[in-house]
Amino acid sequence: MTGLILNSVLLGGYYAILAVGLAFMYSVMKIINLAHGALIIFAAYGLHLLGAMDVPLYLSIALVGALMFGLGMGLHAAILSRASSGGALLPLLATFGLSILIDNLLFQVFGADNRSLAPLVGDLSWASFELPGNVFVGQLSLYILLAAIVIIAALEAVMRFTTLGRRIQATSQDRATASLLGINTARTAAIATGIALTTGVFAAAALGLRSAWAPYSGAAQLLFAFEVVVIGGVGSLWRVLVGAMVLAIAQSIGAAIHPQGFLIGGHLAFLMAVFFRLPTWRAAFAPIARKGVSA
Amino acid sequence: MSHPVPLNVTRGSTTAHVTFLLLALAALGLAALPWISGAGGSGRAVALLVYILLAVMWNALAGFAGLVSIGQTLFFGVAAYVTIRLSNAGVDPYLAVILAIVSGAVLGWLTSLFMLSLKDGEFAIGMWVLSSLAHLCVNLDPLIQGETGTSLIALNAYDIETRNTFTLWVALAVTVVILAALVVLLRSGTGAAITALRDDEIGARSIGIDVMRTKRIVFVLAATGTAAAGALWLASNTTFQPRAYFGVHWTAYMLFMVLVGGLGRVEGALIGALVFFLIETLFGAYGAWYLVGLGGIAVVCALFFPNGLWGLIGPKLPSDPIPTGYKISKIHDASWEEI
Repeated sequence: MTGLILNSVLLGGYYAILAVGLAFMYSVMKIINLAHGALIIFAAYGLHLLGAMDVPLYLSIALVGALMFGLGMGLHAAILSRASSGGALLPLLATFGLSILIDNLLFQVFGADNRSLAPLVGDLSWASFELPGNVFVGQLSLYILLAAIVIIAALEAVMRFTTLGRRIQATSQDRATASLLGINTARTAAIATGIALTTGVFAAAALGLRSAWAPYSGAAQLLFAFEVVVIGGVGSLWRVLVGAMVLAIAQSIGAAIHPQGFLIGGHLAFLMAVFFRLPTWRAAFAPIARKGVSA
Repeated sequence: MSHPVPLNVTRGSTTAHVTFLLLALAALGLAALPWISGAGGSGRAVALLVYILLAVMWNALAGFAGLVSIGQTLFFGVAAYVTIRLSNAGVDPYLAVILAIVSGAVLGWLTSLFMLSLKDGEFAIGMWVLSSLAHLCVNLDPLIQGETGTSLIALNAYDIETRNTFTLWVALAVTVVILAALVVLLRSGTGAAITALRDDEIGARSIGIDVMRTKRIVFVLAATGTAAAGALWLASNTTFQPRAYFGVHWTAYMLFMVLVGGLGRVEGALIGALVFFLIETLFGAYGAWYLVGLGGIAVVCALFFPNGLWGLIGPKLPSDPIPTGYKISKIHDASWEEI
């Protein structure tokens, strides 16, 4: 039981890294980027290519990270800025079209083989710490969880304490007023998209190190990331961490009930999150919640 | 106070009559296809009808109700599964198809109760999660054997010629009924509300339109039509592998057809389905490159031609081929003004 919870928390670390870029873009730009998963898989292939050329992993992450930042700025200029001026539908349609394009290009270029980054880090992929009570914790999973916390803390710090962060917040709250105050809103939004995509490199590294991927793996990653965002709710990025833990625990419970119940458990947690946000349910639960607080 | 101006309110036009005649001829041509092209042509004709259903229904959802769904495969896949299950229980396969369409309507109504509270992107992927959940649950059924799948064996009771011909006629009848239902709905009072919703949701709300009710009607109709497409696809192809029905490539097709044809117009969806049918026939064998092309064209259309092909063709015609609004003109005045 302790092992199950502990491993769920660690798995939650991976989901948090996966979802933080999607959540950042949703909270800042009000866009759900349906190509989020496909772009992560794209970054994973980048890391794999550099790894095959004997580039150290930390350097690959930096290089691909820079590439993803540039790609994010380009994505904003070429697609998102134009699409979001045409209402809420067009960004969805355009980014979904983009995800189909990326998925199938990756399939054509790299073939259907499963790939992994695990060989790049040797022992780390299976090494573990032993806790009292005969509980083992994967070292890699622990580092991924720590990375998730660091990334979220860094993004929150940028948003709160830097000029760039304040510009991004102003742009997301009221674009017209922000530009009246002299903020270059198009550039700010492009940088925000770049930041969101850069987090995708860490997601790609985490995915490749802890397991494997194939060209069409992006869809599953997008679903995980999205479920995390809905379960956690919008607002502070720390909610992503909560959503990720809940998703991972629900999946583990599902897997404990039925061998194929892993994904079903996660989907049901998502559905419950949707149910609890229904206005009628909220009205029914509000008195109980208030009583709970006063008691 | 101004004097009341005598107005002339019309909906029909020569263009509409010609279009109706052409569509009726096309339907008769499709019905007569088994005598013209033999059994092989029937399968392709059913594919065309399925694409038309998918395009028109997805367009109704996205174009009119403003709901982009990545997971309409929920209704497509579940309808096929229900057909398999009912037929396995001894129901005649064609009756099973009809019952599966009804089950799609019921599922659509149930889903609408909670999914319509989600906004834009949340609704889009939320539907995908539901479709994925249904896919996983169908895989658990011992009859389906996971991704191995099964077949609509009961169809073997009919010989292959009869079966193909009959499937085509059922598909044609179902498509005509559902398209007619959509056009009748769009021409009704609710249709005026739907059109108002398409043009300006906040404006529609402000003049007292029940936005949620209107969206629910469109959503349930779209679920029914998409379910019909799934059940017909199964009747025509006979094999049921869950991945081939719940796969996200279907959403890619719907997106392509609607964006190329033109968002928010029934005529656009029909054209999009025809274009997709031709492209698939010509380039379908190119596999992933073909999908790269579809995705790329969809992005370009979304960004640069949001009105699609219909945006090029429509304005050149003297009036609406499938009129859903009204034309108002002053009597004795040559200048027509459309609303």
